[in-house]
Amino acid sequence: MSATDAKAAPAEKSASASAAAKPAAGSSRLVKAGAELLLDALEEQGVEVIFGYPGGAVLPIYDALHRRTSIRHILVRHEQGALHMAEGYARSTGKPGVALVTSGPGATNAVTGLADALLDSIPVVCISGQVARKLIGTDAFQECDTVGITRACTKHNYLVPSAQRLPTIVHEAFHVAAEGRPGPVLIDIPKDVQFEEAPYVSKADAVLREAGVKAEIRASDVETAVDLMRRARRPVFYTGGGVINAGKGASDGLRALVRATGFPITSTLMGLGAYPASDPQWLGMLGMHGSYEANNAMHDCDLMICVGARFDDRVTGRLDAFSPASRKIHIDIDPSSVNKNVPVDIAIIGDAGEALRALLAEWESRASAEAPEEGRLDDWRARIEAWREVKSFAYARSSDAIKPQHAIERLYQLTRDRDVYVTTEVGQHQMWAAQHFHFDEPNRWMTSGGLGTMGYGLPAAIGVQVAHPDALVVDIAGDGSVQMTMQEMSTAVQFGLPVKIFILNNSYLGMVRQWQELLHERRYAHSYSDALPDFVKLAEAYGGYGFRATHPDELDEKIIAMIDAPGPALFDCVVTAEENVFPMIPSGAAHHEMLLGGAVTGEEIGAEGRKLV
Amino acid sequence: MSLNPSQSVYPVAGPAEEASECVLAIIVDNEPGALARVVGLFSARGYNIESLTVAETDVKRHRSRITIVTRGAQSTLEQIKLQLGRLIPVRRVVDVSAEEDALQRELALVKVVGEGDHRVEAMRMAEIFRARAVDITHSSFVFEVTGAREKVNAFIDLMRPLGLSDVARTGVLSIRRGIAKD
Repeated sequence: MSATDAKAAPAEKSASASAAAKPAAGSSRLVKAGAELLLDALEEQGVEVIFGYPGGAVLPIYDALHRRTSIRHILVRHEQGALHMAEGYARSTGKPGVALVTSGPGATNAVTGLADALLDSIPVVCISGQVARKLIGTDAFQECDTVGITRACTKHNYLVPSAQRLPTIVHEAFHVAAEGRPGPVLIDIPKDVQFEEAPYVSKADAVLREAGVKAEIRASDVETAVDLMRRARRPVFYTGGGVINAGKGASDGLRALVRATGFPITSTLMGLGAYPASDPQWLGMLGMHGSYEANNAMHDCDLMICVGARFDDRVTGRLDAFSPASRKIHIDIDPSSVNKNVPVDIAIIGDAGEALRALLAEWESRASAEAPEEGRLDDWRARIEAWREVKSFAYARSSDAIKPQHAIERLYQLTRDRDVYVTTEVGQHQMWAAQHFHFDEPNRWMTSGGLGTMGYGLPAAIGVQVAHPDALVVDIAGDGSVQMTMQEMSTAVQFGLPVKIFILNNSYLGMVRQWQELLHERRYAHSYSDALPDFVKLAEAYGGYGFRATHPDELDEKIIAMIDAPGPALFDCVVTAEENVFPMIPSGAAHHEMLLGGAVTGEEIGAEGRKLV
Repeated sequence: MSLNPSQSVYPVAGPAEEASECVLAIIVDNEPGALARVVGLFSARGYNIESLTVAETDVKRHRSRITIVTRGAQSTLEQIKLQLGRLIPVRRVVDVSAEEDALQRELALVKVVGEGDHRVEAMRMAEIFRARAVDITHSSFVFEVTGAREKVNAFIDLMRPLGLSDVARTGVLSIRRGIAKD
């Protein structure tokens, strides 16, 4: 049993020439300007919306866009917002998101969003303008080496050499963004190429390169995996964002397999929603702020089945003490994820949905022939129940101040009957949202997991709302993060996108403060924000709706008012200032060495006492 | 509350595995930026490049062959190959050093400045190494030497006391023996 095949040098990646029936050459062929060719290609790729910001080097594209009604354009307030909107759109629909930015500062502002999409494997196509070809390299106005700068934060990027190459490059870019492990792709188009005329090349005629290694799921690996699964006494599923990227079919496959086997299941931050949180086999999220039962199950298991997750440091904790007694099966579409951080016993390289269905078919064919030993998981389930009893997400309740966890719980309860999508910023509020807001469906939870980008949530929510105009889209935010991309409120108002920004306001950069408390003896260096804006007035200044809650008694009615507000709304939820996110795997510790919150339930420890724990 | 004394969020590194050398032939589309992607991957992920050689080898299909000599633990070398495979212009990654007897050659130009006995000794050594003198003055030679890297290293070491002045090397080239294609 080994993953040697995943290690083998990949075979030649072939070009997928899709029957390159060359159209008849001749002077009669219609030629168009590069800007028109770009839009033709975007239309053929099914693009309905572009998030963008105009500027000198993309003016021909905007001019062409002006004459079309087929593609909607959302004018952002900063290019970082355009990329996060494209990400939100992509994560909530499964289709690539598209951004359009100008050269120089437009492209450099897009870098954070590209890096974010790369680390979270989100399919995004970013089109940037570039100075005219003959000016490249002359330090021209608004020139920067965009392909050089973005090479490290894209899956692939292109500097378009001529209008003739443009349509094929656009088709290949969408293919690269979505195929295999998805990711961001940037197309840098010099301004003179946007004017240059050339014939269009349709998707069917374009000769594209493969974006990954084509891997067949081997029956022998599936059989061996099922052998291990049938013998396991302490199994656990560990799933990630890859299941969501693999589409609804993969989530369905996961649910069917988990239920057929009866194994417990946990998930990374990125994978929430692939398996319903309301199911009794669900252990909650794992990792640094994951549940006690999930992390202990990971540590003590004898078989770990990892699906579309990558053994990130926030998940594994200390590597040399990570799940020491388990065999590990890893299903991933990217062979470089296998054995990268943690060596595994069986690697299945391929699409998560296909792999899960193959495992289920094998599991069921065996089950009918010879039933697995009755009750072999009883002891394991009893241990998990004991861990559950610890109630690691519990917190000290308060009747005179709003606890951030309580605010999320109320938000969850009051939106349960809605078609709801949640985005977050990054920090304490993000972890509380992951712990206390529960998802039963994939593509409902948009968060910056890999890069940890403060300022992601508000624009991402706008992107989600564009894709789902009738849904309730809530950005669970912190008072620090939300100010990083706050200007996108203006975008939401301009385009009538009624996103709700629910700010857990503790006047601190809460996660920074928590780490300073735990690691730096409470020296709160520059983690307190004085002079915060009045978020209610700010919302009104933008033309949105503002709400504030400072007492638990008014929370519900204010949340309902926010939900009912007919436009974009900011909710300033003033919460206890020095709350910590628990449980927590401290730095350099292992899964079974979690810190639990000092207080458990009840009113016995108030807000003041809590600070002393 | 017991916390790790390192105060680092990142897990404590495990014991280092033993490093070995690896020669990779990377067949890429010859397009702008292809080399930058390969080299950027090595620097961004902290891999070593001991030598690097690149030129177009298939003019018709616009393919270049990049030969990289790298060093690392076995698991790191596997990661390098898989990470290279993710780059779009990379068509194939061949671990040439995994072949038992793959041919490896390097060319060096070695300038030796000296007079008298040193010149005679340098010339004698060059003959033994089958190095050609491609430029001669009354007080200098430029030798062209080809061979496996160890041979080139040995020749350069021997020239050191005899007035070694400058060295230019190509880095390693490699190809499989026999009819097998890379």
